Amino acid sequence: MMLRYTWKIVSWNSWYSLKIKEAWEYKDLFFLLLRRDFIAFYKQTILGPLWFFVQPIITLFVYTFVFGKIAAVSTDGLPRPLFYLPGIICWNYFAECLLKNSTVFRDNFNLFSKVYFPRIILPMSIVFSSMVRFFIQMSLFVVVLLFYYSKGLKPEINSSVALLPLLLILMAAFGQGLGLIVSALTTKYRDLSLLVNFGVQLLLFSTTVVYPLNAAPIAIRPYIGLNPMTTILETFRHAILGQGSFSVAALVQATIITICIFFTGLVLFSKVERNFVDTI
Amino acid sequence: MEQPIIKVNQISKVYQKGAIGSGTFSRDLENSVKSFYSRLTARNKDETGELRKKKESIWSLKDVSFELYEGDAVGIIGRNGAGKSTLLKILSRVTGPTYGSIEGRGRIASLLEVGTGFHPELSGRENIFLNGAILGMKSFEIRKNFDEIVDFSGVEDFIDTPVKRYSSGMYVRLAFAVAAHLESEILIIDEVLAVGDSAFQKKCLGKMGSISKDQGRTVLFVSHNMQSIQNLCNKSLLLNNGELIRQGKTADIIQEYLNDQETYTSLELQKNRRGDGKIKFKNLRLIDPETNQVLNQITCGKNLLVEIDFIAKEGAPIKDLEISIGFNDQFGTRQTLISNELSGQILSRPNTENWTQRILVNKLSLALGNYSLNLFVSSKGCIHDWVMDAMPFYVEGDAYFENITMTLGSGKGNFYLDFNYL
Repeated sequence: MMLRYTWKIVSWNSWYSLKIKEAWEYKDLFFLLLRRDFIAFYKQTILGPLWFFVQPIITLFVYTFVFGKIAAVSTDGLPRPLFYLPGIICWNYFAECLLKNSTVFRDNFNLFSKVYFPRIILPMSIVFSSMVRFFIQMSLFVVVLLFYYSKGLKPEINSSVALLPLLLILMAAFGQGLGLIVSALTTKYRDLSLLVNFGVQLLLFSTTVVYPLNAAPIAIRPYIGLNPMTTILETFRHAILGQGSFSVAALVQATIITICIFFTGLVLFSKVERNFVDTI
Repeated sequence: MEQPIIKVNQISKVYQKGAIGSGTFSRDLENSVKSFYSRLTARNKDETGELRKKKESIWSLKDVSFELYEGDAVGIIGRNGAGKSTLLKILSRVTGPTYGSIEGRGRIASLLEVGTGFHPELSGRENIFLNGAILGMKSFEIRKNFDEIVDFSGVEDFIDTPVKRYSSGMYVRLAFAVAAHLESEILIIDEVLAVGDSAFQKKCLGKMGSISKDQGRTVLFVSHNMQSIQNLCNKSLLLNNGELIRQGKTADIIQEYLNDQETYTSLELQKNRRGDGKIKFKNLRLIDPETNQVLNQITCGKNLLVEIDFIAKEGAPIKDLEISIGFNDQFGTRQTLISNELSGQILSRPNTENWTQRILVNKLSLALGNYSLNLFVSSKGCIHDWVMDAMPFYVEGDAYFENITMTLGSGKGNFYLDFNYL
């Protein structure tokens, strides 16, 4: 009886071999990694999830003071906390996806050099375990929002709320895509990782976290719009707060850019993951 | 005809000497500009050829092909640097081959290290699931084997304690227990598993034996310990300098390996040496003084007889010889020295072309690990022969202290002292 070989290791790697089927086989590992990150985080800190609130609250105060009181940047007529908070939380999530993905090879070198499993499992687990923090922080936003409602703010929630899941997916995919591109490059060029931390800080100002899009000069708005985070934030503000510029065209553009970045990241990652053990 | 479960077709692994790239972008850019420029300015092909040669490559594996069948337990034998670890890494898909391919069926689980992915904050129970999943098990498979794993490890009472509070022995036992209950068709095991106390070691080896013999699964095993390979494996592969020299029955391969080691200890052809050559080292044997047998592996705590054959030219000095043996560890650090200058003994040789010097070492106290010898002979400050890395050997850690089996790298240092608690 001839038995078919079920796998083959070869010396080359075709660019499209993303091994999705194989990764699916390891879905249990994915969930266990999520669990590990979650439990490890709680066991190591006394305040536990309270830490999740400290950072956005402090950032919120600083922004309110610097951009509100000193620079007096417009907030589209919204109360400042309501304007800044979604931006801070979304940006945190995006930045965490990007930064953690960009060091995935270095952080997990020991694991990668001893055991084989579809490497993409780890970046994926990062994106989802960061999502826990995102949701916890979003609950803070909901509390602030309810507070303003009780103070007499008119609810502006509209039908584009249905887009929120898409926005989350876009954020995750964009952060992961960029992070994976960086991770692939940093296995060869370590100094790039210094640039990334710095770059993420600067990138914050290229998008609409601290100012609304319609406060930017018309000439440079298309460039700000190139960053999918801009569209994500504007759409979010539109859906929940009834402010911000929303257009289907911008959303389609952001989606296309994100998909391109995401797949570029995946392809580069799968190119590098094979032999990075020899180079790092 | 039976069909192999793994078919390895001419795999090779090439490493560039030095790091691949320099690690920083700016220097890489500089280098590529430089090499491009010199290629432009090179007038003829010879010069560019010269340039390319500078990029030396190391063949860690070269054209290795073999087949494994279901139920085989295969030992991989070879000296340090023979390519054993590289072969394991490629088979376990940690890194890819440079050339060639491997085909197979069934899942491969590899244990290049115990406890990979253990998280100190998680409990034993949680780590069993995490580690099992990293090694390729599904959650339901782990659940099915959970009681057996806990039972095998013997840490029932601490199963809900974070593993950071475990002793290193418990940690290792739990980790091995997970690995031993993998339900993969092919299991790859590195030497590291020779851990824990000797009772647990025997349990591990027994378990590995039953995996291949009773359950009909395929096991690949790397070890420096010929005894455990002999016990566990029915077939073996002998690697040397990245090439597969022979494969066949374990007993034959081990014999060949040991014979090969003896020729290696013939020192006449050794190139890495200095001195005027009036007196030269010819052969070196490590012998068990109790049985008078030549050893390939030395046991810590036992007596050791070193026999050195010399060859002398006519007119070479006869009196006031200094003969030294330096023991270097695997990193080339000098661990200890045997020398008649230290002991104050005055040596002279018989006036013949060949003679043999015997040195008895009482209760060798080198900790287990890989060592290499440097040999040195001189008289009145004049070096006759100085052989670097004359002979690699492996020290086992069984007999220095009673009832305790030593394990590698667990903070016990480089050698033992003969001490007594009063």
